[in-house]
Amino acid sequence: MFRNAEELVSAAEREQIQISEVMIRQEMQVHDRSRDDIIAQMERNLDVMERAVNRGITESVKSVSGLTGGDGKKLHEYMMINDTLSGNLTLDAVAKAMSTNEVNAAMGTICATPTAGAAGVVPGTLFAVKDKLNPTREQMIRYLFVSGAFGFVIANNASISGAAGGCQAEVGSATGMAAAAIVEMAGGTPRQSQQAMAIALKNMLGLVCDPVAGLVEVPCVKRNAFGASHALVAADLALAGIESKIPCDEVIDAMYRIGQNMPTALKETGEGGLAGTPTGRRLRDEIFGEKQKA
Amino acid sequence: MKYRSVFEIIGPVMIGPSSSHTAGAARIGLVARQLFGKAPQEADFHLYGSFAKTYQGHGTDVALLGGVLGFDTSDERIKDAYREAEEAGISSRFIEEDEVTHHPNTVKVVLRSGDYEMSLAGISIGGGKVEIKELNGFELRLSGNHPAILVVHDDRYGVVAGVASILAARQLNIGHMEVSRKEQGKEALMVIEVDQNVTARTLGELKKVEHVRQVTKIHE
Repeated sequence: MFRNAEELVSAAEREQIQISEVMIRQEMQVHDRSRDDIIAQMERNLDVMERAVNRGITESVKSVSGLTGGDGKKLHEYMMINDTLSGNLTLDAVAKAMSTNEVNAAMGTICATPTAGAAGVVPGTLFAVKDKLNPTREQMIRYLFVSGAFGFVIANNASISGAAGGCQAEVGSATGMAAAAIVEMAGGTPRQSQQAMAIALKNMLGLVCDPVAGLVEVPCVKRNAFGASHALVAADLALAGIESKIPCDEVIDAMYRIGQNMPTALKETGEGGLAGTPTGRRLRDEIFGEKQKA
Repeated sequence: MKYRSVFEIIGPVMIGPSSSHTAGAARIGLVARQLFGKAPQEADFHLYGSFAKTYQGHGTDVALLGGVLGFDTSDERIKDAYREAEEAGISSRFIEEDEVTHHPNTVKVVLRSGDYEMSLAGISIGGGKVEIKELNGFELRLSGNHPAILVVHDDRYGVVAGVASILAARQLNIGHMEVSRKEQGKEALMVIEVDQNVTARTLGELKKVEHVRQVTKIHE
């Protein structure tokens, strides 16, 4: 098994295969499963993602608490009729990322990538770049294997849990994963995927997990929005040949250490940061009533 | 390496809103249910750390209860777990504990039916992946790196051999194994880590071994 990003990229270069292929072959070998079986399971995940994206941009979903919902649809409608500033592809990714997280907050069905709180970034970017790159269904499935390969490295060397590592471990990881996958789909090299991952994650370091009322809603939905836009920019930087001065594995290690040093109040306890603001506390009290005030 | 499959990263397919607090919680509840072997009359959930602080907002309560009802992470009935539990005659309690645990997302599940009680402590480590740390006071030292089978059995001769021979017949290689008991002749526990995935059929065969009470698996 590849233990870090360097081993992953080296394996791809040595065998002259894509990152997605390294991940597929490892899965076949470690779990003694056929290629068809693995591809079929990933395609089912892709189907779940597609349904969540479509539901979020067409329905005004509302979360159980009423805190979030409908913004993905709102942004999608805005970009259809206006000459937008940040460009339609970027906003399409943002709208689809938000949509997925709004469906998640509404206790709808999603696929964790790598977590539910960060489930918008990977499918949001995928279903936006799809319209520009016109991938085959297989290439779309491969996009998820690239994301999974880099997520695998992060999960084993740092963390993908907000409670253990803050939002940098969730949306930060998802952003790096998506950036690497966009690069492969756009025809970049495995090395460029690794650079995109490093560049994207570097810019997410230190991001705390401070959900209002402890709910995966505020600021999670909008953090996914920006994760999607970051991933696109990081992919373009890497495709332009720009490199991260700090190697990818060292960035992941830095993320792990920052997570360990992060105070508990900022790791998914719903106490510090935005959750601890006057408005954050008021919203919590309104949602949970007297019971939570104690 | 804690994570071994791409589907632990891209997945699980689940009901929102949190992989650690909803999907992970549902999985711990489901493992408890499988080990208990039937629907309990009472289910107590002792919550620690982030679980204690944010369980309502994340649907951790309905997920744990849903798991105890036998629902998987993607089962839409999780949302209605309280009503489903009432219909199934299961009463539940959620207890917020102040004690600091090693991992922030920890829950101790206590299931009761008549005189029979079972307790299980689990942690949700991220992305829907869970580890079981304790069963009926037995501390489990699972690496978490391999599929694991838990076998609750009576402390009698031949049970270990019976289980091992079924695994051998299915060509499942044992990487690590522990047998522990509280008292000679009473309840005992086998924890077996194997290199290959364990099918439902194999679990069914293990359950038929004489003096075996319950069998479940933890990792995919």
